[in-house]
Amino acid sequence: MIIVDLLSGICLIAGSIVGLIGAVGVLRFPDFFSRLHPAGITDTLCASLVLFGLILQAAEFTVVAKLLLILFFLLFTTPSATLALAKTAVQGGCTLPNDKGAHD
Amino acid sequence: MTQVCLTATALAILIVMALALTRAVLGPSVYDRALAVNMFGTKTVLLISVIDFLGGRQEFLDISLAYALINFISVIAMLKFYRYADLHRTDETSASNEEATPT
Repeated sequence: MIIVDLLSGICLIAGSIVGLIGAVGVLRFPDFFSRLHPAGITDTLCASLVLFGLILQAAEFTVVAKLLLILFFLLFTTPSATLALAKTAVQGGCTLPNDKGAHD
Repeated sequence: MTQVCLTATALAILIVMALALTRAVLGPSVYDRALAVNMFGTKTVLLISVIDFLGGRQEFLDISLAYALINFISVIAMLKFYRYADLHRTDETSASNEEATPT
């Protein structure tokens, strides 16, 4: 059991570090399409690592099933939301700083 | 050791939520705010799951599951409202009215 606890702790801490890196990237990157990159990538990996660390600590089968369901939904909805956000930004006229609105 | 790891994870997720909220307040465009709010919602789901294991209450996972779905629906609805200024619009009507009402 001590190995499972250790693995769970490693997963939880790694997920926290990945999430912190993504949050700093979202706060400090210069324009919108750069900010999409840390948010879109680290959301998926942070959620996967934290939820996998919690799954290792779960005692009952129903808890594992609920955590897997949450992971399943997050893995489908977060990239979809990022894609919808990027498409809406492109169609709404959000351009890069050096790009003088000339994407045809 | 497990409790220490869980507490550290909860604190890290709270810091992430604070940084995302800062971006949502600062964000120059509405897309930056939508991005930050989406990130905030995802981290809320993780925080509720971690609090469930910290307190040993099984009911919090159901709340977390519902919140994951509500977050996705709200982000898509907000983006659709910003794109079309109308939540009732479908793809067929938008294709025919695309030149008539530029957004």
